[in-house]
Amino acid sequence: MKPRSFAPALVLFAVLMAAWEIAVRAFGIAPQVLPAPSLIVQTLAADAALLFGSLVVTLKITFVALAIAIGAGVALAVLFSSSRFAERALFPLAVVLQVTPVIAIAPLLLVYLEPANAVIACAALVAFFPILSNTALGLASADRQLRDLFALYDAGWLKTLVYLRLPASLPYFLGGLRIAGGLALIGAVVGEIAAGSAGAGSGLAWRIMEAGHRVNIPRMYAALVLIALAGVAIFALFSWLQRAALRRWHASAAEIA
Amino acid sequence: MKQRRATAATRKAGKTESALLAELRGIGKSYDGGVTALRDISFPVRRGEFLSLLGASGCGKTTLLRILAGLLPPDTGTIRWQDGARPRETGFVFQEPALMPWASVAANIRLPLRLLGIDDRTATLRTREALAQSGLEKFGDAFPHELSGGMKMRASLARALIVKPRLLLMDEPFAALDEIARFKFNDELLALWREANCTVLFVTHSVFEAAYLSTRTLVLSPRPGTVAEEIRFLPAAGGVNAQFRTSATYASRVRKLSEALERAQ
Repeated sequence: MKPRSFAPALVLFAVLMAAWEIAVRAFGIAPQVLPAPSLIVQTLAADAALLFGSLVVTLKITFVALAIAIGAGVALAVLFSSSRFAERALFPLAVVLQVTPVIAIAPLLLVYLEPANAVIACAALVAFFPILSNTALGLASADRQLRDLFALYDAGWLKTLVYLRLPASLPYFLGGLRIAGGLALIGAVVGEIAAGSAGAGSGLAWRIMEAGHRVNIPRMYAALVLIALAGVAIFALFSWLQRAALRRWHASAAEIA
Repeated sequence: MKQRRATAATRKAGKTESALLAELRGIGKSYDGGVTALRDISFPVRRGEFLSLLGASGCGKTTLLRILAGLLPPDTGTIRWQDGARPRETGFVFQEPALMPWASVAANIRLPLRLLGIDDRTATLRTREALAQSGLEKFGDAFPHELSGGMKMRASLARALIVKPRLLLMDEPFAALDEIARFKFNDELLALWREANCTVLFVTHSVFEAAYLSTRTLVLSPRPGTVAEEIRFLPAAGGVNAQFRTSATYASRVRKLSEALERAQ
């Protein structure tokens, strides 16, 4: 995306913020009902140590969960690509896990696992599916003529996987990763909220709940802003990674998935 | 029986042009939907010949080539390789360049050596040779998407030749190129074939290409694919070159093949 294409969004954002600020001041709305943007920024600064500490906790959960999702998703996709039987047996199960809302699974996870692990499991569970399905699609996408070439020279399963199937799946995998990154954050937030005070109680979602109980509305907003920014940053990071990794490929490769 | 005796005789003749490389007997293949792609195809492949398989689209030429390469098992029939198996040094050129978009041109050309487990030093040396031979020495580090269509095919051809093939299988390799490029590739291929003394199996739907390149042409009839006719050409008196394209011999070859193709429909 060109920098210029961000301009309309930035202008709209500035206008909305200004309208919000003016409305709050003009109508004298109490900060306990709706804090002005300026107050939210002030709260962010005042509670910085607390909130950024919590941000680190939530991001840690997100990335640990993402790493687990990548490991499990890619491993399972490789298994699917080499065994139709495994695919037929396991893929429906993966779909069931995917379509069941994670918020409904979270209480069970909290029964079986340590709260900290349950939160990570929640996040990993939602991030796992796009990695699995995209990578499986990518592994199967290897050019038929190239597959013939590998067969012609008796390249075994492993050589074909390493030199052909995995590289061919890269654009699909990166597309899946971009989706999974955002989902992992959502999963982390859902997990933290489900865990409540039973959890380590220091992530951003927990801060929102805690501030809510104390009717500290400005802090709720400040934490929310941080979560939103974290989501945007994660999406931007993986979009950049996708472009950087595929720059030398055919131009259309970057647009897959 | 008579045929088998003739085979034994040619085997005795040793490494002459007529020595057998392989013999196909009764090859048949049906697709999953029950459509018969190939039926009862039998022909010998002789060492050092340039054998064209000529036929309309959809007559199973590609299927036949893939069966010959061992990429597809036939439903019926056998392929008897004179040396027991298909030569390890087999090159395959596909309809499309089929290069790996994530790998440099040099890495693409080198791929067969890597898959065959050739040692690194030999592979590096031969890759450099192959790049130079195909006029791509400046593009070794380039990526496929940076090459023109003709250069991609050049890289694809270099990849097939890097194994120093004793058998070269080609599946309409120049069909996507413009005529000027195709003529050039045809001449280069002939030069390579004469120099390398390999056997070429060339699938094409172009009577012009078959007339220009081959020493023998099998005309295939479609649905199901069978060998309709076999047409041999004696070596052209003045050699095959650009002048040959406008000669009477070439014109008569084209006519002969066109008529055979017509009859095969």
